[in-house]
Amino acid sequence: MIDGILIGLTTALSFKNIFMVMIGCFFGTIIGMLPGLGPMTAIALMIPITYGFDPATGLILMAGVYYGAVFGGSTSSILLNAPGVPGTVATSFDGYPMAQQGKAGKALAIAAWSSFAGGTLSAIYLLFMAPSLSKVSLSFRSPDYFALMILGLTAIAAFSSKGQFLKAMMMVVLGLMLASVGQDSLSDITRFTFDNMNLTDGISFVLVVMSTFAMSEALTIILKRNDPTAAAKQVSLTELGSIRINKEERGKMYRTIPRSSVIGFLIGVLPGAGATIASFLAYGMERNLVKDEEKEKFGKGSVNGLSAPETANNAACSGSFVPMLTLGIPGSGTTAVMLGALLGFGIQPGPRLYMTNPEIFWSVIMSMYIGMVILLILNLPLIPYIARILAVPKNYLIPLILFFSITGIYVMSFNNFDIYLMIGIAVVATFLRLYDFPMPPLILAFVLGGLMEENLRRSLLLSNGSWEFLWDRTLTVCILVTTILIVLWHIYKTLTKK
Amino acid sequence: MKLFKSFFSVLFSAALLLSTTTVNSIAIDKIHFLIGGGAGGGWDGTARGTGEALTKAGFLKSASFENMSGGGGGKALAYMINTKPENTVLVQSTPLVLRSITRHKGYVSGSGTLSYKDVVPIAGVIGDYGAIAVAKDSPYKNFKDVVDAYKANPNSIKMAGGSVRGSMDHLIGALAFQAAGADPNAVAYIPYDAGGKALAGLLSGETQIISTGLGELMGARDQVRIIGITAPDRVGDAPDAPTLKEQGYDVQFVNWRGFFGPPGMSSKDKKAIAKMLGDVQKTPEWEAVRARNAWVNIYNPDKKFVKFLKTQTKEMTALMKKLGVI
Repeated sequence: MIDGILIGLTTALSFKNIFMVMIGCFFGTIIGMLPGLGPMTAIALMIPITYGFDPATGLILMAGVYYGAVFGGSTSSILLNAPGVPGTVATSFDGYPMAQQGKAGKALAIAAWSSFAGGTLSAIYLLFMAPSLSKVSLSFRSPDYFALMILGLTAIAAFSSKGQFLKAMMMVVLGLMLASVGQDSLSDITRFTFDNMNLTDGISFVLVVMSTFAMSEALTIILKRNDPTAAAKQVSLTELGSIRINKEERGKMYRTIPRSSVIGFLIGVLPGAGATIASFLAYGMERNLVKDEEKEKFGKGSVNGLSAPETANNAACSGSFVPMLTLGIPGSGTTAVMLGALLGFGIQPGPRLYMTNPEIFWSVIMSMYIGMVILLILNLPLIPYIARILAVPKNYLIPLILFFSITGIYVMSFNNFDIYLMIGIAVVATFLRLYDFPMPPLILAFVLGGLMEENLRRSLLLSNGSWEFLWDRTLTVCILVTTILIVLWHIYKTLTKK
Repeated sequence: MKLFKSFFSVLFSAALLLSTTTVNSIAIDKIHFLIGGGAGGGWDGTARGTGEALTKAGFLKSASFENMSGGGGGKALAYMINTKPENTVLVQSTPLVLRSITRHKGYVSGSGTLSYKDVVPIAGVIGDYGAIAVAKDSPYKNFKDVVDAYKANPNSIKMAGGSVRGSMDHLIGALAFQAAGADPNAVAYIPYDAGGKALAGLLSGETQIISTGLGELMGARDQVRIIGITAPDRVGDAPDAPTLKEQGYDVQFVNWRGFFGPPGMSSKDKKAIAKMLGDVQKTPEWEAVRARNAWVNIYNPDKKFVKFLKTQTKEMTALMKKLGVI
């Protein structure tokens, strides 16, 4: 293994490969910041270029784009409430409120350091545990994924404080309803498409996020321009604030980052989950683990609430290389495109990849450390300049946000219908916002609900319709018991408070 | 983005024009490829790869590409039927036949169905065979072992696939079981939302076999044992994968990818494009694209293609009726 690491290190440290990491990180950051355009499309378009390179260099470049996009996506989440990639949606839950309090610089710095730590720690886990991690990838079956999604849904509790419980639950139902549109995931029956062909593929996650977050936020700002509290928020949003993280905040991050990186990494290793799910789960878990006074701050600009998903999404990103490289199983669209490219190079992924092509396996891991340092250098000093975007007068900035949201969605599908659908959802979401309905539960339910249904029904198919799968496997039972304990703990806390 | 892409393709082909002195006679100046899915998908790769080989080999002056997602490719198909764009070809594959059978209604004014008969089949160019595989440590060594186990206890075999019930993945497995004399509808099919997820399901042990495209399994060749492919003969990229035919099960299935013209396309244009698509397969430019994508050349032009589509429709209709999906 030491030999492999040394080969990897020398390959990764060659001038050409360092240059590729830089290019990849730079493009990834930009793609991440732009709403709609994700790493998958970028890598797919990049493949023809990489065929001139040797496989290690090509993969290093593509990996750089991937984690660079997840790193950079937090910027637009925090500053504009417009997540650049799905994995950074949870970042906006606390990042954007923090920016509204005039602490945009601090929020960006926390996100950058958390991403850096998450990416670096997970590359260390990858280094020491990769050979045995392929077993972890395969340890989850459909019933376990079902239980995991239920566990993830407990994160909704973070948005149901101060008498908001009913509203949060209503948004959950709305999210589940939106998730059920389109072709059923197990049979070829279409649901709620009203015979409209444009709806048969379902509503895309990015579209829902862009319309309920970016667009409806922009519309709310316009509608509330004469409201003094909203105006005050807008004024403080233009301030950058200090980018220094003080001792108390650092203390919080020291506790959050290690545990979130582990959760994020493990979820990333699972082929049926991914960075988005990882960030939601880490967010929910973090809220369960912090002190009561910090709990109250979740959703309103908590340091822990920002740091946890940012750590987890980058950790998950590294984790997703495990099933791809050691098993040849792609867990997401992005890794599927990379796997295709790898096969095009004539490289056979599998448990023997460490032996047959050590330079590829280890150099990609090694390049992740270099990439993380580059991303930190790229992002930290740029914070004051990037955050300037908020100083752009609102009558220019809001049309720009609307423009980028719409074009971002259009280039994903090249389908005009998506634009109308997006405007429709955004208008409804804006009305809901005016009546103080929280949007994050809708997003959580949309993502987790769809996967929950699919895995539940698949479990039932596998067990011939019997519900025994709920207690057949130790792993399923453990996850479900944890979920029940968390819910009971919440109920107990609420009851004793009164 | 789109502008960006077309700008590049124009630039690219301009550069090529300068570099290649007419090696092959240019029959058609330009072709616009309509792609019913997003960037990075199978259709996208086929269209862009073919366009690249055609221009590089000097058969075509310029190729442009347009992605139009929606309705699992139905939107692009409807556009083709309704607007009849000139110099445009649509990339399609086996799901078009399945769509023709299940008759997705109401999306085209007048006709009421979306079928391959509403467009002009030009040629099938490449294909992927179906494959059935088990995990490497599975007790089943060949397809007969699986069939025997199924006949002894139908509950002991669960078949994973990367798409919904009634999809191509399901049909591949069902065809194989049908050929073995089993009731294809009684075999438990477990759908996943992507080939990779189905593979993870197989390797985690929740299903015993997987039924999908051979290309889908190439990445995981070290983890699975392919126990039967739906090709007439063994294929070069996976020489150790036995065919179902050689094991005594008369099953042949190919997931073709090919090109279609707008309704009313002249016979002359159709023949010219079909010939071009065939001739290009003999060039090194095509071979470069083919090798990098691990495609299998299955050239099937014009009338032969139409006949093939008719046969496939008949076979699939009978099977889908048995499966109760239509």
